[in-house]
Amino acid sequence: MAKFRGAIVVDTEACKGCGVCVSECPTEVISLANAVNAKGYNYAEMANPEACIGCANCAVVCPDGVITVYKTKVA
Amino acid sequence: MAEIKLEDIIKEENLVYKKSEVMTDNTLHYCPGCGHGTAHRLIAEVIEEMGIQGETIGVTPVGCSVLMYNYLDIDMQEAAHGRAPAVATALKRTMPNKYVFTYQGDGDLAAIGTAETIHACNRGENIAIFFINNGIYGMTGGQMAPTTLPGMKSSTSPYGRIAEMMGGPIKMTELVAQLDGTHYVTRQAVHTPRHVRKAKKAVRQAFENQTLKKGVSFVEIVSNCNSGWKLPPVEANKWLVENMLPFYELGDIKLNGELVNK
Repeated sequence: MAKFRGAIVVDTEACKGCGVCVSECPTEVISLANAVNAKGYNYAEMANPEACIGCANCAVVCPDGVITVYKTKVA
Repeated sequence: MAEIKLEDIIKEENLVYKKSEVMTDNTLHYCPGCGHGTAHRLIAEVIEEMGIQGETIGVTPVGCSVLMYNYLDIDMQEAAHGRAPAVATALKRTMPNKYVFTYQGDGDLAAIGTAETIHACNRGENIAIFFINNGIYGMTGGQMAPTTLPGMKSSTSPYGRIAEMMGGPIKMTELVAQLDGTHYVTRQAVHTPRHVRKAKKAVRQAFENQTLKKGVSFVEIVSNCNSGWKLPPVEANKWLVENMLPFYELGDIKLNGELVNK
């Protein structure tokens, strides 16, 4: 069982839906939404939030810097 | 295990990563998945961590990243096409205590600015040069650049680059490493988190080297150009790994003024 739980917050209006975070997420948390933002991009979202470990890989690789990562220890 | 809600995780004290304060809130104009955004962010993060926001001057190129001054909250100067190292030379010589860097693409640095780049490196100016290499002219519509790979298709080499007719790609980073004026020369990439973290260390090294006054720090970042390569972002990163990286090998080429033997 995971010792850490993480969560991401995506700036959906700035996200361009490139999907680089989706392919780099080690626990397959992120997917592109069916909805689109004002510019017509399918933004990234947490499809599987329970699996997020807060590694920040998505945010590190995000070309537009739209992902903020939070992480907490689970007892 | 007790169920933990997202609201319990998303709190200020649990923050592990957010966009650097040195980056402005403007949305980047780059295509989705473009490595320029990542490279901008690395420079912003290093400036923030070193606390040199007020002492840094950037010189922007002509190319896709011409609007970089909209995204970094530092002093920036626009240079004529390819002339960024010359402008940076003047800035550094008149203000030797400032941190001065140039940010240039391959069309800017390796084509029109070859003379300025090589002579700034040869003179050993105490500046940092960040060279974003995506093997193509991105802004003007995907034309062949000096760094375009053999056989690579572009809008001006639709049957692929033919070395007999168009010459081979130029390895600027290896070229400037031969000059005595360069102190630190390295090639990095930003397509995976691991490479981004390594590239950040190189960017930091380039900034820290400026206090040593021992010459140019030259950091090449191999990047993608989804629009120019006509590939989706994730496919473009795969193409980069399969085609760009075997030719443009990652790693340090010159450390502390000494060539690294591979």
